Amino acid sequence: MEPIVKLNDIHKTYQMGDIAVPVLKGVSLMVARGEMVALMGTSGSGKSTLMNILGCLDRPDSGAYWLDGEEVAQLSANQRALLRNRKLGFVFQNFNLLPRTSALDNVAMPLLYAAGHISERESRHRATEMLSRVGLQDRLNYEPSRLSGGQQQRVAIARALINRPSLLLADEPTGNLDSRTSSEVLEMIGRLNENEGITIIMVTHDAEVARHAGRLIQIHDGVIVDGAFGDVKELSKSPTECELLSAEERKAK
Amino acid sequence: MKGYRIFQTAIKALRRSPMRAMLTTLGIVIGVGAVIAMMEIGAGSSGAIRKAISSMGANVLNIRPGAASSGGVSFGAGSVTTLTPEDCQAILRNCPAVRNASPLVHTRTQVVYGSRNWVPTFIYGVTPAYLDVQNWTMREGAFFTDRDILNANKVCVLGKTLVRELFQGESPLGKEIRIKNVSFRVVGVLRAKGANMMGMDQDDIILAPWTTIKYRVTGAALENSNQSAAGSSSSSSVNTLSNLYPRGQPTLYPERSETQAADNPMPVRFASIDHILAAARSADEIPAAIHQITTVLRERHHIRPDEADDFSIRDMTEMSNTLSSTTTLMTNLLLCVAMISLVVGGVGIMNIMLVSVTERTREIGLRMAVGARSRDILRQFLVEAVVLCLVGGALGILLGHGGSYLVRMFLHWPVETSFTAIIAAVLVSAAVGIVFGFYPAWKASLMDPIEALRYE
Repeated sequence: MEPIVKLNDIHKTYQMGDIAVPVLKGVSLMVARGEMVALMGTSGSGKSTLMNILGCLDRPDSGAYWLDGEEVAQLSANQRALLRNRKLGFVFQNFNLLPRTSALDNVAMPLLYAAGHISERESRHRATEMLSRVGLQDRLNYEPSRLSGGQQQRVAIARALINRPSLLLADEPTGNLDSRTSSEVLEMIGRLNENEGITIIMVTHDAEVARHAGRLIQIHDGVIVDGAFGDVKELSKSPTECELLSAEERKAK
Repeated sequence: MKGYRIFQTAIKALRRSPMRAMLTTLGIVIGVGAVIAMMEIGAGSSGAIRKAISSMGANVLNIRPGAASSGGVSFGAGSVTTLTPEDCQAILRNCPAVRNASPLVHTRTQVVYGSRNWVPTFIYGVTPAYLDVQNWTMREGAFFTDRDILNANKVCVLGKTLVRELFQGESPLGKEIRIKNVSFRVVGVLRAKGANMMGMDQDDIILAPWTTIKYRVTGAALENSNQSAAGSSSSSSVNTLSNLYPRGQPTLYPERSETQAADNPMPVRFASIDHILAAARSADEIPAAIHQITTVLRERHHIRPDEADDFSIRDMTEMSNTLSSTTTLMTNLLLCVAMISLVVGGVGIMNIMLVSVTERTREIGLRMAVGARSRDILRQFLVEAVVLCLVGGALGILLGHGGSYLVRMFLHWPVETSFTAIIAAVLVSAAVGIVFGFYPAWKASLMDPIEALRYE
């Protein structure tokens, strides 16, 4: 199976005044289409940076990134914006819904920036469809302030899915939710993954949450310590990956 | 992203905080309102001034005799009497740009009716053309005729003030008044005209045939304007009804030597007049009329090309230009003040847009994350500012228009609706939106999506 995400030896260094702080020190990983992967790591391990690079919000200093068969590591800011619109969906810890804006408008918002012209009627139709998929068909015109946390996150998930992305990136999707709504949201994400085959990468620091995922990638101090390739390892042909893999295997032993 | 959708997004974003949007745009509302009101009231007052000047006879040219001088000492305008009634006729005949012209003889003396007396500001001897030249009409009776001029008939027409002062409301038609002991029959009353620009009462006037004033009144009026004093001092100075050519007539031309007279025979003229009033056909033809009159008079007065004119022509447009340029200046000054308030309004918009950009950092980050390019963000905030300004401009137009309407209703100031002002206001408010909205929008577009999403 063709991997949807393939990172090869990604390096990222931040400049803090005079000191260069390396955050990612040669990260390689693969995610197959239809997988649900959890990304875990302590704070400062580089998982946010990795997430930003996966989400095409940031550009690695070196290394290669294939997203859905496209080399995207060195795209310009505008090209990345288009790519995010076309291929990526984001779910945030704090929902990031537009205040005083109906659920419907919130969900339809990404369509404003789509490359082809989408009529208003079409975008309303698609937003309604998305909201019924997350079970909010009777809350179309509610503003975020009148929705519960779980409902808000479901609106955010509907928004992330409206452009039919190849990859859904969820950054601590349950971080602001209580345990009951949190499991509701996780079930929903799981359902989307199982029933509709959407590839999901989920950042979390909660082992309970990570258990919902099919695979766990652990990052520590800028390198992946576990689960970089999972089931797709046989597909990897690049020698770097093999070396890295064997090194990890050796370490594991 | 299509224009309509950008616009819709901007409206939605503004509607999220309607109170703030309203207060933000208030500066523009007041600025544009002030501009519109200033322009309408300014246009109204210059229109009123134009009308006032034209009621004084806007196209009237006042031809006065030139100045005499002796040994380098000038005696001022009118000190020689070079204008004749024939000059007036020649102007009428030979100047196509002149609509009408009337000779004018003036005096100032006491007028008596019954037990009342009055010294009117103007006692003018004119021809019937005067009425046309001054755009004046009659209220009662009729003006005197050319026949009255020929016969030097003792008839006159009164202004409203004289009717009030001498007759106290009773109709003066057919009554006899005495001017310098000459009795005149009143044949008509002029329509009230009010004060002129200098504040002089234009209705304080008696019009009579110029021949009558010239030959029957002024000849003897030189010594004293007080009839009773004149009457008591010497009986010889009293004008009698049969005294058609009174003594004391000033000589028309300087005395000529016999050789001159033989070389250049000239008919003897019996009359000189004080002014000629000529009306140009329109304001545009005033320069042409002046040129034609100058040519005609120079020829008639035998003035050599290198000699100066022995007359001067004054036109009212100088005065009206001065006055309308004064109002234009005032209007522009007020407009500048109003423009400043518009700029202040623009700064207010910039201020609030900057606050709004900071406040909506997360929204900007989110929009960028879901695929907005930096130019989409720039456009969105710019359009928001422009929409604010245009809405403010529209409200301002209503406010300014309403304000000038109230001024007209309650203060009775003349106002004129100005479409240029409205178009200018719309353009200016859009420009203010673009100029002052650009910086905040540009700042928003430069944001890094990662930083923006993390912003608390």
